[in-house]
Amino acid sequence: MASLKELKDRIGSVKSTQKITKAKQMVAAAKLRKAQEAAEAARPYAERLESVMTSLASKVSINSDTPKLLAGTGKTQRHLMVVATSDRGLCGAFNTNIVKEAREKADALIAEGKDVTFYLIGKKAKPVVKRFYADAIDHHYDTSDIKNPHYDDAKAISEELVARLEDDKFDVAWLFYSKFKSALVQEPQTQQIIPVPVPEEAEAGSKAAVEYEPDEEEILSELLPRNLSIQIFRALLENAASEQGASMTAMDNATRNAGELIDKLTIEYNRSRQAAITTELVEIISGAEAL
Amino acid sequence: MALNFELVTPEKLLRSEEVHMVVVPGTEGDMGIFARHAPVMTTIRDGNISIYKTAGGEAETIKVEGGFAEVNSKGLTILAEKVVEED
Repeated sequence: MASLKELKDRIGSVKSTQKITKAKQMVAAAKLRKAQEAAEAARPYAERLESVMTSLASKVSINSDTPKLLAGTGKTQRHLMVVATSDRGLCGAFNTNIVKEAREKADALIAEGKDVTFYLIGKKAKPVVKRFYADAIDHHYDTSDIKNPHYDDAKAISEELVARLEDDKFDVAWLFYSKFKSALVQEPQTQQIIPVPVPEEAEAGSKAAVEYEPDEEEILSELLPRNLSIQIFRALLENAASEQGASMTAMDNATRNAGELIDKLTIEYNRSRQAAITTELVEIISGAEAL
Repeated sequence: MALNFELVTPEKLLRSEEVHMVVVPGTEGDMGIFARHAPVMTTIRDGNISIYKTAGGEAETIKVEGGFAEVNSKGLTILAEKVVEED
């Protein structure tokens, strides 16, 4: 059995761990509210733009002049995985889940004989991706200076993606992030962002004659880059909220576990102390009797 | 008959209400949108959106910078890049 001193030190160390997890939990809880509000407020715009985008995409006939963002490059050989994760740990399985989702997709694509490269947003995906697909990392977009995701950040990322598309670096792009459902539930998402997915049933096509001002091409060329930035912006916001939610839950668990451990160690400590006292007493009494 | 009007920015859903008429600053000229307007998609220039809650009533103006407007059978949706708060 461990000595009294050892037990005491152990209790002390668990207590200080508990203090850290408790503090992180409270920070996450405070940040969560703000991040959640931002994520939920941004949803209407992204959803509406998506529906406008798809209805427009199904109406426009695709020819050689159609922007690549909509029509793609005509091939599906090279895939770019845009993986958005956080920069910090202490948030449970949040980052692991996103990377797992991306790896499943990447492995499936590789099995089909496609080429896969990675574009990483945030620090945490890097070690894992590096381990499994050592040479496939194309770029790492550093978000460590960004406290709250801003539209301009998303715009910068999407401009980089468009530049890569124009340079003919990839054919299809996928976006991976975690959708915020509640503080307890975050769902990793896989979304095709380039080219814009067009629904199979082109039902809207003939339904109504829509007037375009100035004309379809100009609207498309303005709308497509914006749609891309917005989808990325949404991913960043959802990720921020999910991270805080996951962090809060994970830290709550850790705090509770530390509490349980402290209780257990305290009982053990008291028992050994009593055992020591009893032994001492027995020694004194039997010593006195022997006289 | 009222027009279903929605104004959204990347940050939030700003308006969702029934109005009489909205004047949209389209790239090729202002457009007054009533209920049951023919489907239109247009980009918008920097300018003021005028919202008329009732016929003949006072207009409320909101300044926007860039964006996109869509009229379909459900109503008018304006996706503004940016809304300039006037205070």
